[in-house]
Amino acid sequence: MQATETRTGVATREMFYNEALNDALRGEMRRDDRVLVIGEDIAEHGGAFQVTAGLLDEFGPTRVRQTPISEIGIVGAGVGAALTGLRPVVELMYVDFAGLAMDQILNQAAQNRFMFGGQARVPLVVRTQGGSGRGNAAQHSKSLEAWFTHVPGLKVVMPATPADAKGLLTASIRDDDPVMFIEHKLLYRTKGQVPEGEHLVPLGVADVKRRGKDLTIVSWSREVLFALEAATKLAADGVDAEVIDLRTLVPLDKDAVLSSVRRTHRLLVLHEAVKRGGYGAEIAATIAEEAFDDLDAPPRRLAGLETPIPYAQHLEKSVVPQVEDIVRVAKEMLS
Amino acid sequence: MDKATALDLYRVMRTIRRFEQRSTQLFGENKIWGTIHSYAGEEAIAAGVCAHLRDDDWITSTHRGHGHCIAKRADLGRMFAELLGREAGYCRGRGGSMHIADTSKGNLGANGIVGGGIPIATGAALTAKQLGTDQVAVAFFGDGAANQGTFHESLNLAAIWKLPVLYVCENNQYAESLPVKRAFATEDIAKRAEGYGMPGVRVDGRDVRAVYGVAAEAVARARRGEGPTLIVADSYRHEGHYYGDPRKYQSKDEVEGWRERFDPVADARRWIAEDGLATEAELDAIDRKVDAEMEKGVAFAEASPLASPIRIPEEVYASH
Ligand SMILES: Cc1ncc(C[n+]2csc(CCOP(=O)(O)OP(=O)(O)O)c2C)c(N)n1
Ligand SMILES: [Mg+2]
Repeated sequence: MQATETRTGVATREMFYNEALNDALRGEMRRDDRVLVIGEDIAEHGGAFQVTAGLLDEFGPTRVRQTPISEIGIVGAGVGAALTGLRPVVELMYVDFAGLAMDQILNQAAQNRFMFGGQARVPLVVRTQGGSGRGNAAQHSKSLEAWFTHVPGLKVVMPATPADAKGLLTASIRDDDPVMFIEHKLLYRTKGQVPEGEHLVPLGVADVKRRGKDLTIVSWSREVLFALEAATKLAADGVDAEVIDLRTLVPLDKDAVLSSVRRTHRLLVLHEAVKRGGYGAEIAATIAEEAFDDLDAPPRRLAGLETPIPYAQHLEKSVVPQVEDIVRVAKEMLS
Repeated sequence: MDKATALDLYRVMRTIRRFEQRSTQLFGENKIWGTIHSYAGEEAIAAGVCAHLRDDDWITSTHRGHGHCIAKRADLGRMFAELLGREAGYCRGRGGSMHIADTSKGNLGANGIVGGGIPIATGAALTAKQLGTDQVAVAFFGDGAANQGTFHESLNLAAIWKLPVLYVCENNQYAESLPVKRAFATEDIAKRAEGYGMPGVRVDGRDVRAVYGVAAEAVARARRGEGPTLIVADSYRHEGHYYGDPRKYQSKDEVEGWRERFDPVADARRWIAEDGLATEAELDAIDRKVDAEMEKGVAFAEASPLASPIRIPEEVYASH
């Protein structure tokens, strides 16, 4: 692939999202011997989505620890290793499998620091992926980020672009807290320019992916791409949408959302996860509490329907927000 | 066994016993909030195993964790301070009895989740292996925890990776109200080790010499890089599951009989004297010293300020 220069003078290269993640892992494993990856099918096979491809060759089987199918065992071993000086990155093949490992996430990793009165830190990254769009049906397609945002002690990161994937994974590995790093299965083969060498995107900083003045669309993960597509369509109809990619749900960059809404006076929160109890409610409520007087319309949520993800392609699409849905709702909000 | 080792084991066991008596009293005086689980009767296990551990070796403990904490050389004053919700407590009053940790001594914490510590000790052992040190990790857990999925997943991982870890199952005959006979169709939990490809040893948890001997071999094996061992110590808890347990699932005769027959602290006193390792007077002197330290610890805790208000997010996140 060809290297190019961006405006800021940093060399970039076009990469797939999974390559960008691989680049981050490789960079951190080279930089710090304490970083290791642990997970199912991550060695010769390179991971279910090829994120760890080639790492075995470079770092060997002690730092690329392929495990039996033991979700709580490996996440728990990650917790213990993190407590005692390593910086493990544990791969949970699907976020849908988090239920099997949940005790170690919820009661151990998230709480050790607080519960022990500050005596511990848990620099653990649990890398996983979620989302629908590949016909994997109900047990392999969920968006469960709201579960983790509800647990004090966890950080929750959901990159939408290859560059952010690299920068956020690097920052997550260097972070001293447990991070749930949730990728999207349909983003792995999306491409983008990615800075070469060390690239850090700090946790807790949202990114305005498109400037606009008529309404603010707040989203994360794959729906950010849908929002951008919708914004292009809306522009053709004279509607100028701003698109904010939260990138990290916890910590939340509240100021980025507030300052945008104070300019556009309209908020649409968009996510693939089920609407009921979703993180969109948190954003909408926060804006209602803190910027009510700036709003010209009620905050709206556009999100997944309250159903398990169905199998058939047309059905699968019917239960998560599509580009046309975003265009329609945005127009409703402006009429 | 030499005199110094024997007396040290006795001192640790006697300290644990006294700690449980004192904390029970304090609970009765409404000075302790929540729940405490007494380790009385099981002292020989923590003492016999931890005698082989250095401060840089790790343990994970359980809801019944005071004994492990003491055997890993914790400060009694800070333990009592934690139980009393004081700032000087190990967890600054944030954790309480079920979450005492002392990372400076390698104690990665008691755990309110049955079986929750087993994978964590496994991960600590992974750290030792990864960094090429000779540190070892010990997971203490109950018979009840041996039926959790974490037991299976962790023992298998440790076996395939030859991790320096000891799995110490404290079979105190009950998981809360469930007798082991109704939880296992086998008499011998240690036999499970064979299925994982590691040594499994059943030991009399009343006899600290036996526990000490079995643990010596398992720790040495782990330090040599030869992998994990499962140790199952037969034991009995003298008290109820928690302070105030009405014990409806046990007969009075059973409890009295076991308490009489199964007392590792009294036993140690007896054999130490019989073997001529120490006189009654020397043992009495140890008792007095332990009791004095205990009162010093209680006084320290009672005199220390209440836990400070929670700071968010500083206490919840390391970097924020
Ligand atoms: C995951 C989980 N399930 C149930 C409980 C409630 N509980 C606390 S202690 C206990 C019994 C544990 O038995 P065992 O492992 O034998 O330990 P012991 O109390 O006998 O030392 C139970 C059921 C819990 N704390 N965690
Ligand atoms: Mg038990």
